[in-house]
Parts: sequence; C-alpha cells; structure tokens
Amino acid sequence: MASNSNRKARQPQAGNGSEIESEIDREVDAPIGSLLRFPGGDPSDRLQQTDPARRGDVDEWGRSEHMRRLIRQLTTPMYQRWFRVEWEGLEKIPRHGGALLIANHGGAIPSDAPMIMHGIEQELGRPVYGLADNWFRTVPLVGTMWSRGGGVPAHPDNAHRILHEHGDLALVFPEGAKGPGKLVTERYRLRRFGRGGFVETAMRAGVPVIPIASVGAEESMPILYKSSAGARLLRLPYLPLTANHLVFGPVLGTVMYLPSKFRFRVLDPVHFDVEPGLARYPRGRVMDEAEAIRQNLQENLFDMLAKRRSIWFG
Amino acid sequence: MGRRILLTGLDTFWGGRVAAALEQDDDVEMLLGMGTGHPSIELERTEYVRADNSYSLLSRLVRATGVDTIVHTFLVLDSSSMSGRALHETNVIGTMNLLAAAGASDSSVRQIVVKSSSLVYGSHPADPTWFKEDTPRSRAPRNRVERSLCEVESYVHDFAVDNPGVAVSMLRFANVLGADIDTPISRNLARGIMPSIAGFDPLIQFVEEDDVVRCVEFVVKSGLRGVFNVAGDGKLPVSEVASIAGARRLHLPPFFTAHAAAPFVRARLLSFPNELEDLLRYGRGIDTTAIKEAGFTPSTTAAGAVERFAQSNRLRRTVGDQLPHYKYEADIEAFFKHSPAVVRPVGGHAGHTNAGSSGDRATGHDAPAGVTRRARTRAAAQNPRGPSGSEDRPNVGGPLSH
Repeated sequence: MASNSNRKARQPQAGNGSEIESEIDREVDAPIGSLLRFPGGDPSDRLQQTDPARRGDVDEWGRSEHMRRLIRQLTTPMYQRWFRVEWEGLEKIPRHGGALLIANHGGAIPSDAPMIMHGIEQELGRPVYGLADNWFRTVPLVGTMWSRGGGVPAHPDNAHRILHEHGDLALVFPEGAKGPGKLVTERYRLRRFGRGGFVETAMRAGVPVIPIASVGAEESMPILYKSSAGARLLRLPYLPLTANHLVFGPVLGTVMYLPSKFRFRVLDPVHFDVEPGLARYPRGRVMDEAEAIRQNLQENLFDMLAKRRSIWFG
Repeated sequence: MGRRILLTGLDTFWGGRVAAALEQDDDVEMLLGMGTGHPSIELERTEYVRADNSYSLLSRLVRATGVDTIVHTFLVLDSSSMSGRALHETNVIGTMNLLAAAGASDSSVRQIVVKSSSLVYGSHPADPTWFKEDTPRSRAPRNRVERSLCEVESYVHDFAVDNPGVAVSMLRFANVLGADIDTPISRNLARGIMPSIAGFDPLIQFVEEDDVVRCVEFVVKSGLRGVFNVAGDGKLPVSEVASIAGARRLHLPPFFTAHAAAPFVRARLLSFPNELEDLLRYGRGIDTTAIKEAGFTPSTTAAGAVERFAQSNRLRRTVGDQLPHYKYEADIEAFFKHSPAVVRPVGGHAGHTNAGSSGDRATGHDAPAGVTRRARTRAAAQNPRGPSGSEDRPNVGGPLSH
C-alpha cells in the first residue's frame, strides 16, 4: 500500500542512474565517504584500488560489503514475507544530506533496527548507519558481526562524523537498552529519552531529527519475564524469557521472531533553529526538544495502535 | 647559525634512525645524542654522550652545548622489554628531568619534539571510532605503559603552558611496522603467528617506520606546535594483518586471555604485553587530519606498512639478516670525528650522494666501519668545538669537555 506507492514514486528516480553514478564518481576522491557508499561497484575492489596492499574489504568503520550482502540476503525475506513491512511518509526522509533518524525500540532482541535500516536502504538507496550501544563490542563474535554488518558504536564523535562530515543517515534509539528491555505489558510506552543527547548531536551537526514510529517489533519477541539475577550473572543488560521461547523452544526461540505485521510511520522532520558546531547547547532547550519529540512519537504510536486491527495482519 | 639538536635514546632504534636522518640536513649544525648504551648504527657526525636521565647531568649538558632543540625519542612503549619500575624511571622521570633541564631560566632550548604513542588513548568499548587529538580516553589507564605515557604527556603539556616561548610538539604514533622495527607485534609476526582473541577482529592502524622518522624530521624542521596523531591511512582487521604477513592466527580465549597466553609467553613463543591485549580486543583508530593539514603525508598506508614488514621478513627468512653488526668503537669514532688527520672537505656537500633515505640499510654495510665514511658536511667541519675535542673521553662527546 503505502510502501507500494512509494516504490512506484521513486522508480523514475532510481532509473535515472546517471545522476546517482555521477554522484558516486564525485565521491571517489573522498577517502572514507567513497568506500561507504555501496550502491554501484564492489567496494572491496575500490579498497584495493586505493591501497594495493589490502586483501579484505573491511572499511575503516569495520563494515564489510560481503557481510552486508549476506545480511541483505537474510533480511530481504524477513522484510518482505515475515514482517511484511509497510512504510508511511517515507518521502520525508531526505535523499541527500545528513539526518538523524530516531525510533522507538522494542522486542527482546529488537527486530526494528535491521528492518528500518534495510527498508531505507532498499526504498531510498542510501545507507543507514545504526548506532548501537557499545556493549555490543564486548561480546565475542556478536560485536565483530555487528561491526561488519554496518553497526557503529554510539559515540557523539561517530554520530557527528556520519551526519556532518559524510552527510549520511544515522539511526539511533534514544531509549537505549531500556526500550527493548521492557515487559510485554509495558509495550509501546516510551521510556525516558536518555538525557536528550541525540538532540544535541543533531544540533551540533546541523541536521534535522526525523522520528519514526514503529509498530510490530514489540510483538515479534515479547518479554514475559526478566531475571535480574541472571542478567547480573551473565553481565547482560537484561535476561528475558520471551513468548518465542514458549512457542519455538529455548534454542530456536532465542533467534526466531513471531510474524507480527510491521508498520513504520515517518514523522515530520524536526529542524532546530540553532547555530551548528557549538561545543554546548542550553540544557533546558535540549531537554524541551527531546521531550517534544518523545511526546509526538508517543501520540503517533497510540494513533497507529488504535488503527491496528490485528497484531499479525495489521 | 645552524640548529643544535639534542637527541635522547641514541642507542635505541628510534634515536639512531632519527639521528641518521637529521645528520643529512645541512641546517643542523650540531647533533648530540644521549644514550645509556653505545649507538647501534653507524653515524656520521652525531656526537654521542653516554648518560642516564639524571637531572644534574642533563641541565649541564643543555647549558654546555647550548642546544636549541630537543628531540625526545626515548620513551619505552613495550612493557615486556623492561620491569615496571625501570619503565617508570625511563619514561616519566627521564622526561621530567629533561623538561626541567630544558625549562631552566637560562635555557637555550626553543623547541621540543616528543615521540609519544597512540597508546595514550587506550582501547575500550566506549571509544569513538576515531580519536582526535583532544578526545579524552574512555577509561583511566590500567597498564603501566599507558599510565606512564599519560603522565609523560601531562608533564609535556604543563611544560608547554609554562614555557610559551618554546615550540612543544607531541607526536602520537600508531603501532609501527616496517623493515627493521622490533615490537611485540613484529616479533610475533616474525615467528609466523598473530595472536588474536577468539570472537574479536578489531581494526588497528599502523605507521611505517620510515614515516615515523620522516615525521619527526618534518616537525623538527617546521617547528610545528601541538599534539598530532600520526598513522598510515586506513585500518586493518587483525585477521587481515595476519593474512598480509603470512602469519597464522593464534586464537586466545576471550575470557582469562592473559592467563591462557602466559605459558606461551613464558616459553618465549609469544609476545603478549597487557597493552596488546586491549588493542586486540577493541582496536583503536586515530584521526590524522591535523598532521596532514600541517603538511605531512605518510608515504604508505597501514596495509603498506604491514606489507613492507612482510617483504623484509621473507627476505630475512631466506637469506638471513642483512644488517651488519655494527659495533661502536669509541677510539675509532673519536678519531674519525675529531682527528686533524681526517680530510674534511670544507664547503663540500659530497656526503649526500650515498646517503639514501634514513631507512636505507645498504649504506656502506660491507666495508669496515669508518672506511667508507661519508665526507663531512660543511656544518660539521666548521663547528669550532668539534675538532678540538679529539682527546675527549670516549664516553663523553666533544662539546661537554669545554
């Protein structure tokens, strides 16, 4: 529906390959930016062109295009068939320039992040850098895979570099681990938005914040019970027992999602009328903006939930 | 009048390399190297004084020689090479004494260049992907090398604030690899193994050894002030380092890593200091925009540095070590430096033909020391203090005798 119309709407532009290619050609001189733009050309080839001693295709952020391709192959069927993702207001995401995307977070192992990233990649043809808690980096294997798949540690410097210097899209979840770590009874109730750091980052980079309300992820892996002692023991942010464990068993249930229907609604971009590049912004202003964005996102979530007739069919 | 330069750690790899590079510069009137041991490479006109880092000697040295520049390359970055106490003495106390001597009220010092390391940033999961010069580290240092380097840098910083008339620059180099450098990573790679922590494949940066020397030289000549990160372009995952160098990865468990490595370390099969463990877990990236904007560009990338090491390592494995074992003979050195019997072409620049780069290991290596010596440069020949010092004690170079 909405996604179809969007897909149709952008067909002519996607077909206009010369524009995109010329943009890529222009970017080749940029040492980092060129390597990160993955449509067109094999980045590993490009890496070896600039540096003949290189053997792999891992770029300076740790992203590997081979791993991206593998992940894309795994996510495409999930995106199209399992979650049947639909977008609303996708045209509000700019085709050029940086923007900070924020969204609500849900599900024990949040499925909204890869779906939003994959969706924007597919529908708009531009990469999204998912900024995630650096806790990921401490987990063997997971941290490496996450980094190879395009994940970037959520550090203000990293966000600034992506948004301001590269002019790319970054995706953050301001709730942090408190979002996915909530019980099924509290679903779609937004947690505190940290200390509003995302607003300050966007102000400094001079980019808009674009909130995305996401419905469906909470039900794809709902948490029934949390063990705080177990979490402490395993040094996890939370140790959940999910409905998936009951349906699919303890092993498969940890990695298998329930087929809830996903809907993403892109809200109006929030522009801040401040001078970019300052070291500090008034704390009160930052908190007010963050709270206003949170309120708006919460209202839209309630609206979407009110219109949703079925968890599984939307 | 040319530059008068004091160099620390002349007996170490970096001191020798930097001295060899600075010798080629005609603007350098006098080059004085300090070290606790004899120089390990053949040098043309560098005066050598065997000295420890005690303050009294340093301040006398600075006063007597009237040096205008101090190049401090003598910071130990490998904690497996000496005990914690010795490392602290060398890095922290040595630097403190050096700075105190340079900051004396009658000091002639106008520039100080410190060769530091990106170890001051540490390695931590909360790190940014790129450290800029002013990005603070994420966690207080927990190993002694990083702790001592942070202390050193704070002393250097204080010195720069207290002495605005002195151009102080601190260069933070990424891990160095190249043809000759000996570091824990190069030792492991030369044994054909690359230690790594199972489940982790972090990105690390390298800088080629000649680029380090070139960068120090560049800063000495340009009088650049401030802190600068220096690394080759690009970052490599540990797995790719192993692949380029033809080494097998030794997977250490992600938990109790140091304990698991200990038997290998004790059997001398592995070099695995604490600071390497953190690097192999989380990696590190330093942003080199500032030094590039100042005008220095490394000659090769991070992968190029590993490749250069790999080539030299293959050569060494096939034909053995090509470097001659240079032995410092004090009497011979004193003779060639100061005896009136040695013919020194006044005003000639002939000495630069066979000079090559600072990293050129082929310079006259198959001839006995002193026979194929390069001709003296004008600056050295005109040094009024040089020739008169022929009767100096071998462990104290010419200028000190006055």
